[in-house]
Amino acid sequence: MEKWDNNNAWFLVLPVFIIVAFSAIIPLMTVVNYSVQDIFGPGERIFVGSEWFKETLANRRLHEALWRQFLFSGLVLLIEMPLGVMIALAMPKRGWGVSFSLVTLALPLLIPWNVIGTIWLIFTRPDIGLFGFIINSMGIAFDHTASPLDAWITLMLMEVWHWTPLVVLLAYAGLRAIPEVYYQAAKIDGASAWATFRYIQLPKMRGVLTIALLLRFMDSFLIYAEPFVLTGGGPGNSTTFLSIYLVKLAVGQFDLGPAAAFSIIYFLIVLALCFVFYQVLQNVGKGERV
Amino acid sequence: MDLEWMAWTPVTAGFFIAIGGMLVGMGIWQYISPTIERKGFLPIKTTRGDRFFIGLLTSAYINIAWVGLTSWSLWFAVPICIVWLIIVLRFG
Amino acid sequence: MKPKKRTILLAFYFGLLFLPIYWMLNMSLRTNADILSVLTLYPTDPTLVNYIKIFTDPSWYSGYINSMIYVAMNTTISLTVALPAAYAFSRYRFVGDKQIFFWLLTNRMAPAAVFLLPFFQLYSTLGLIDTHIAVAMAHCLFNVPLAVWILEGFMSGIPREIDETAFIDGYSLPRFFITVFIPLIRAGVGVTAFFCFMFSWVELLFARTLTVTDAKPIGAIMTRTISATGLDWGLMAAAGVLTIVPGALVIWFVRNHMAKGFALGRV
Repeated sequence: MEKWDNNNAWFLVLPVFIIVAFSAIIPLMTVVNYSVQDIFGPGERIFVGSEWFKETLANRRLHEALWRQFLFSGLVLLIEMPLGVMIALAMPKRGWGVSFSLVTLALPLLIPWNVIGTIWLIFTRPDIGLFGFIINSMGIAFDHTASPLDAWITLMLMEVWHWTPLVVLLAYAGLRAIPEVYYQAAKIDGASAWATFRYIQLPKMRGVLTIALLLRFMDSFLIYAEPFVLTGGGPGNSTTFLSIYLVKLAVGQFDLGPAAAFSIIYFLIVLALCFVFYQVLQNVGKGERV
Repeated sequence: MDLEWMAWTPVTAGFFIAIGGMLVGMGIWQYISPTIERKGFLPIKTTRGDRFFIGLLTSAYINIAWVGLTSWSLWFAVPICIVWLIIVLRFG
Repeated sequence: MKPKKRTILLAFYFGLLFLPIYWMLNMSLRTNADILSVLTLYPTDPTLVNYIKIFTDPSWYSGYINSMIYVAMNTTISLTVALPAAYAFSRYRFVGDKQIFFWLLTNRMAPAAVFLLPFFQLYSTLGLIDTHIAVAMAHCLFNVPLAVWILEGFMSGIPREIDETAFIDGYSLPRFFITVFIPLIRAGVGVTAFFCFMFSWVELLFARTLTVTDAKPIGAIMTRTISATGLDWGLMAAAGVLTIVPGALVIWFVRNHMAKGFALGRV
């Protein structure tokens, strides 16, 4: 069905436009302004051109943070996607179990992000945390405040615990949308469980899984509060991701210029990813929504 | 309202006026002769607005690459970006 | 997979999901001295002292009230402005519609850290630091686009003939929208409100930066008190447990519609 052409629809969008423009455009303009100046205080600033960009692009700590970020996001996807699909396949299809499962799954998603950090901080401490205690009593020294590897393991555990439910919910929604006829056909053909998965369920879930993949990638790319509470970016800089480093620069050291230049580069990366996301979503929508 | 906190400079003001002007121009152009979705050298079907966005975003990357990889003045990158923007709009 | 094996796998996974939360609950029912002296799987000597402290000390419970206030404000603002806009996107074609839609999406994905500093400056200039409305407005950055996005999905599922019929019957657009259309997408509005609530509730970076004392969210109070009084694990755990409660209550109300919100892939 065709949409109606009507430019007066702009008036309906106007309130949203004003609110979001106020929250998005003014701050972004300010960031751009900051990025080309050296600011000492109110009213005391000099124009430095692309100096901060040059400095930021050559900053080794930032390169490290960027690679760390990609590694983290990659690992997160590698674990969460298969696990999420597996759990979704095991979910009950009807009965009281459905409501129960959905509510349980959504629970971690509704916990404030810093509380997530706190939960895992308590849970993995060697002295009072169940996880830390068990690992240490097995004779493995585990301390996420001292060893970078342990910090990464703890962060990954937390991230998988926190966000796999989102993948499950998406995959489950995709599974529920498959008409029962397909399964009956598969049954008549005597298809194995694997064949049913490979040739019916997986192709039908392609849309939602793509969405899950991109959402998880974007969100893990922007992660801040949980590692901030759990490790504070340490030990050393071993878990300093992009957002943590940026907040350190902007609020901790109040280096407005470099922080702004960094912000713009960060934003441009996200913008490109976002564009890809949007294109994929448009095409998924075309294929599946009638 | 006091705008000192936004720390405006002539260069950035000019930059935003240029971007804003282009957006308004694109809007008017769209109003006068609506765009038709088509396929150029870019791998996806695009409208004029899409190509404009892609052109701007890639121009930003060109500028970043210019600053990061060369030591020449950024002003030399500006004509390259304008040419690139026109190419994307026309043939993309 | 055999049904039996499935159930075991699922039960095991849910067990793991609950374990960290259970551990925090366990901590919250014990005193700090008890926690530090011995590790037990369940509170041997359960006490509500931590919860009593939170509910009687204004500097603690005001954090919950603050969080609730700005979350409610944000959800209201987001829904009010997003409803007409989503209708426009789902029904009309106008100059720049696709571009605006995409631009809204970019704000949902934008790194909060990038906006932190200008937001602080902006709201300082407006004299709104440490007010609930500042946090509610800041959260609009990602919640308004989100609301438009989810609502548009639900609205596109309603056939346009309904609108046409109503207009022929002499309904004006506002009257049709309020008396006919909104009741039709009730579920969608519920799901949208749920997601607005969720993202405003869990966000802390803006909420912490834009507040000092009067509008400080509970999440920030938790971390601040840790550094001030040494580490009172029991108290911290109790505060954490209480932040989960509102979320759990809200999920219960939308549990049947939630899956659809996720299915649209617009979270």
